[in-house]
Amino acid sequence: MKSGLLQRDRVFDFMTPKKVEGLDLKHGTVLYMEDVSVTFEGFKAINQLNFYLNTGELRCVIGPNGAGKTTMMDIITGKTRPDTGSCWFGQKYNLLQMDEPEIAQIGIGRKFQKPTVFEQHTVFENLELAMAGPKTIWSTFVAKLNGEQRDQLDQILAMICLTEEHSRLAGLLSHGQKQWLEIGMLLMQNPLMLLVDEPAAGMTHQEMDRTVDLLTSLAGNHSIVVVEHDMEFVRALNSRVTVLHQGAVLMEGSMDAVQKDERVVEVYLGQ
Amino acid sequence: MGLLRMLKNDKGGQIFLGVLVATLIAVPILHALPTDHPLHLSTYMVTLLGKYLTYALLAVAVDLVWGYLGILSLGHAAFFALGGYAMGMYLMRQIGERGVYGDPVLPDFMVFLNWTELPWFWHGFDMFWFAILMAMCLPGLLALVFGWLAFRSRVTGVYLSIITQALTYALMLAFFRNEMGFGGNNGLTDFKDILGFSLQDDGVRVGLFIASGLMLGLGYLACRVIIQSRLGRVAVAIRDAEDRTRFIGYRVERVKLAIFTFSAMLAGIAGALYVPQVGIINPSEFQPLNSIEVVVWVAMGGRATLYGAVIGAIGVNYAKTWFTGAFPDAWLFALGALFVFVTLFLPRGIAGLFKHSLLRKRAKV
Repeated sequence: MKSGLLQRDRVFDFMTPKKVEGLDLKHGTVLYMEDVSVTFEGFKAINQLNFYLNTGELRCVIGPNGAGKTTMMDIITGKTRPDTGSCWFGQKYNLLQMDEPEIAQIGIGRKFQKPTVFEQHTVFENLELAMAGPKTIWSTFVAKLNGEQRDQLDQILAMICLTEEHSRLAGLLSHGQKQWLEIGMLLMQNPLMLLVDEPAAGMTHQEMDRTVDLLTSLAGNHSIVVVEHDMEFVRALNSRVTVLHQGAVLMEGSMDAVQKDERVVEVYLGQ
Repeated sequence: MGLLRMLKNDKGGQIFLGVLVATLIAVPILHALPTDHPLHLSTYMVTLLGKYLTYALLAVAVDLVWGYLGILSLGHAAFFALGGYAMGMYLMRQIGERGVYGDPVLPDFMVFLNWTELPWFWHGFDMFWFAILMAMCLPGLLALVFGWLAFRSRVTGVYLSIITQALTYALMLAFFRNEMGFGGNNGLTDFKDILGFSLQDDGVRVGLFIASGLMLGLGYLACRVIIQSRLGRVAVAIRDAEDRTRFIGYRVERVKLAIFTFSAMLAGIAGALYVPQVGIINPSEFQPLNSIEVVVWVAMGGRATLYGAVIGAIGVNYAKTWFTGAFPDAWLFALGALFVFVTLFLPRGIAGLFKHSLLRKRAKV
């Protein structure tokens, strides 16, 4: 058991134990999470989780409430520090030694469960702020859009179907449009890996279909982790599925295999 | 050129700067009229207006961090007072042998306390440029240290507001002590000259008024430049969704620290201009209540507009001057009523009244 100081949502980096063991250098893997555990005041949110993601893979993560899906994303993006375990991005970056902006800068983008956009900014400004590039105080202060960046912005506007809304305040968009805008903001960061938390929430069927198309078209160039509750949506994505339960991986496989698995059925229906 | 383009999108700012320039021209002229002329502006009024302008600059500084960055600072009067003390120290050193005790170097209160030597931190304050530099740097340094500690610990919202209150309260207690070497509860007063000119002189009063107006204009423009840049949009992004900003790769703490420090320096300049006009600086300027009052000005004038802060600061202070003259006991009730009224009926403040119509026009385009 750790001392009281370490049992917090966030501890100072120098206080966390730096143990990197059993690092697997298998090529083609973009994310390694090994033996990760997090405890919140006695509750094991993540319990010796092992999770690997291949480069360019689209992976769905499902699981009942409290299974640790969002906590897993918190760990990858630096918001929560695990008590034990290791978490590497490629072979080079130890994510447990980096903070949120650094992790964002090396190419991990995250969409929140609740769509979070800058409501008082226009759609265009939202994308502009998210754009990849130096983000120090001074470079932000003097930043100006050049033609190339403007093109990239227009492309992404088109991709997320918000070209006509580009000068509207983001706060005035519909729920589904906000979800897309947030995905667009992730894309502006030129990320290698996308963590997408419940992208389909609050979407109509048509919007959902378009989101499926968008995510599947992004896979290959990007590695994507999708957390989702909507089974229809997960099925439509047609990817490997990881089932989390009580902070650990219950099983991995295709959607069909997962739905036939007795343990999974029990976890979802048994309680 | 960039400045002009910037102002093109800022109707409120254009009007504000126009009125400011007009005032800066009109006031000296009205003051120069013969005393029996009905439009003559007394020296008292000129100084009063000058004082309002320094308050307005302080309000602009608060609006920058509160309106655009979402940091409700309830301690900005501390930066204002520190700037004021820096200027006060210069003015004290200018008194020289004309003090009651006639000591060429030591200010009166030090002689009174039987001090024989000038404390180390009083050196250099006989030079105007040094005092002005300190009036900016000391508040800036305090904000930098305080902000660094507070922001990196991710203290936000009400908790941050409370520790800014604690900051100004702690400074007040410290400055009340004679051992601090800033004149204890009497503070610094009895000033004679500034830059060799007598502070009692009418021309100097007008000069200080104009300097306050110019600094207010410059301060406004500087804040506007920040807000119109991408950095300003990041600030608003932090205000509205701090985590989102962090996860797209901005160092939220540093942005906050930079803007907070800049704002503290503006407040310091305001304080430095305030002291020669009112003729005294003492620890009561650090009162927590003062900082809260500034926030009330900004809220009344309208958050996140900058010129709203100016309207609020001047409007409320004019009302205060009038009320405390006409109905001295009723002022706090009037202020309370005004605050309730604005919160209920004008949530965007006075500036919101006409900003609303501007926004609607923009939305149609």
